[in-house]
Amino acid sequence: MIEFHLDSRSGVAPYLQLIHQVRQALRLGLLRKGDQLPKVKDVAAGLAINPNTVLKAYRELEYEGLAAARPGVGTFVTGTLDGGSLAAHGPLRTELLHWLAKARRAGMDDESIEALFASTFRSASEEDIA
Amino acid sequence: MTAVIEAEGLGKRYRKQWALSDCTLSVPAGHVVGLVGLNGAGKTTLLNLVTGMVAPTTGTIAVLGGRPAAGPGQLARVGYLAQDAPVYPGLSVAEHLKLGARLNPGWDDALARRRTDQLDLDPGRKAGKLSGGQRAQLGLTVALAKRPELLILDEPAASLDPLARREFLQDLMAAVAEEQVNIVLSSHLINDLERVCDYLIVLADSRVRIAGPVDELLAAHHLLSGPRRDEGRLPAGMQVISASHTDRQSTLLVRVSGPVLDPAWTVTAVGLEDLVLAYMKQAAGRGRRGNRHLEALT
Repeated sequence: MIEFHLDSRSGVAPYLQLIHQVRQALRLGLLRKGDQLPKVKDVAAGLAINPNTVLKAYRELEYEGLAAARPGVGTFVTGTLDGGSLAAHGPLRTELLHWLAKARRAGMDDESIEALFASTFRSASEEDIA
Repeated sequence: MTAVIEAEGLGKRYRKQWALSDCTLSVPAGHVVGLVGLNGAGKTTLLNLVTGMVAPTTGTIAVLGGRPAAGPGQLARVGYLAQDAPVYPGLSVAEHLKLGARLNPGWDDALARRRTDQLDLDPGRKAGKLSGGQRAQLGLTVALAKRPELLILDEPAASLDPLARREFLQDLMAAVAEEQVNIVLSSHLINDLERVCDYLIVLADSRVRIAGPVDELLAAHHLLSGPRRDEGRLPAGMQVISASHTDRQSTLLVRVSGPVLDPAWTVTAVGLEDLVLAYMKQAAGRGRRGNRHLEALT
């Protein structure tokens, strides 16, 4: 079971934050097929948010094929997002750490690293499309 | 489904002062409705009209399809927790529940007892000896055990400390998830409303400035910034709620039905707080400029 949190300063709609957190947990293997998502009432009571917000997030996840509701029981994970790549996470993370260390030695700060990563990521995706 | 609140040209005047005027609303069922406005904007007047504690000067109002406070049946359907959750200081927690059971035909004693147990409210304790948070919880317990279809809360948590306030809202949301009760909640704590409400009514200067589902309101408003532009030269259908200009730049909060296509604007999503403040500011500006506006029309 995962626990949701809410960043009220982020400006991102609460239901989107819940969806992001489920997707993130699926990507990182924290949630697997068959796992139950927290009950609507528990999320509403825990975060002091409207139950409709939680329902909306769960409906969206159902629509994406990532979860399914079992009436009277709860909502369960039915899909994955790791693309079978979970095993590769470890080595990739090690490489990334090497790269980050190199970037720091080159004198880059956090923001420059993020900017470089984002712009490289974008241009690589554009090349893929083209 | 019957609307929870249906108002048409509703107004209330106290002596010469209009506390609420020209209020037309249709609030659908199944929402937690946030009623927001500055002090004196007309929030409590609107809530008093909904509960039937005051009669309208103009217009009509129907609550759950019936006339407010029309009879015992209608009274049983609407619960009301007044500002700062008043309780009887001399009565114990148990006596509050007993009183609730006597006064309300649909009283749910099991629910009341379950809640006092969960909240660790000592039944023998006098309400006057409870903490602010516990008093609010007791008030909410009595209001919920009445089993209303609509529960109205007037600034229920404003005087509580942040921890007690969060606990109160957590508890309220758990109740909404369990009992499926419609809620109307007035507050000027926009951060609280942002979490719990999915429908918003903004009152300013005794008028409804905007009302609707929060998602739709947020989707229809954008913050635009770009090179300075005269407000008169904006596309039709774009309504400016607030604007500020420097000699080179314009920043506008606008309401539009579709996407903003003009590439000159940098478009940012608007948060609930900015949206509410923009409408309040707009109302304040109008009040000040009212006369000049009239001159321009004649």
